[in-house]
Amino acid sequence: MIQHVLEEGYVSTTIDEFLNYCRSCSIWPMTFGLACCAIEMIQYYSAPQHDFDRFGTVPRPSPRQSDLLLVAGTLTKKMAPIVRRVYDQMPEPRYVIAMGSCACSGGIFNTYSVVQGVDNIVPVDVYIPGCPPRPEALMNGIVKLQEKIKQEHYVRK
Amino acid sequence: MDSQQIAKMIEERFAGQVLGTTTFAGQVGVSLKKDMIREVCLFLRDEPTLTMDHLADLTAVDFSRYPGDQGPRFEVVYNLISIPFRHRIRLKVRVPEENPRIPSVAGVWNTANWHERETYDLMGIVFDNHPDLRRILLPEDWEGHPLRKEYPLKGY
Repeated sequence: MIQHVLEEGYVSTTIDEFLNYCRSCSIWPMTFGLACCAIEMIQYYSAPQHDFDRFGTVPRPSPRQSDLLLVAGTLTKKMAPIVRRVYDQMPEPRYVIAMGSCACSGGIFNTYSVVQGVDNIVPVDVYIPGCPPRPEALMNGIVKLQEKIKQEHYVRK
Repeated sequence: MDSQQIAKMIEERFAGQVLGTTTFAGQVGVSLKKDMIREVCLFLRDEPTLTMDHLADLTAVDFSRYPGDQGPRFEVVYNLISIPFRHRIRLKVRVPEENPRIPSVAGVWNTANWHERETYDLMGIVFDNHPDLRRILLPEDWEGHPLRKEYPLKGY
């Protein structure tokens, strides 16, 4: 992130890089634990071996205060308008992670009541396959999202 | 008291309603007619020596693809347990396809309220005198009853 060291105590960087760095280290998820993947998500949150707080993520209960929607679990057709409403309530910039096979593509449930992938309802940034994905896989997904955030540009058009 | 004796008590009390008793792996099922199912359930709940106060499950079976089955299409199954005496019994009631109605036992055990809503939602069996019979698992405007045998897996 640091581009030049000018003199002692002075460094230069670009606004974009600084902004992206700050944003990526402070992703606040709104967790949407729907099914079994929620257990692995909880494990990622609170277990001491995969602590999520060291990435700066603080789970917020309200979509209006969060910038990541972490859809974990099977999405049924009855729940689909609710996910869309929660996504619409999030302020930009907002990201979506689809965690687990059911959120990515419907999983093994190719049935009448399951939406075949949450990307039919909301745009997804990172897909994490697994049934359920290990907490380390979710951690990898969060890191990938951090890399994606670091490539955004707001000042440069 | 074991399940065979409970079946016998039902047969003695409601002689015209019992169609038969089947036993398999130590479990006893009593086949009944559907008209007085509510009275049978009240008797089983209120009789002091029986006290079947726990309705463990209320579900339905679709026999339309069962090889060799002649009777009415649906069978509503009640699994009853007595908490003080720890004995069990199963009641089976056949319901025809043209008129899939059966009296509701929601007034006997409160848990039957949601079990009957689920059976209505997925199988299409209508429970008379149910306080609030509407879909519980699928969206309200869904058409069709998915757990019937002719409903395709992936829906329409």
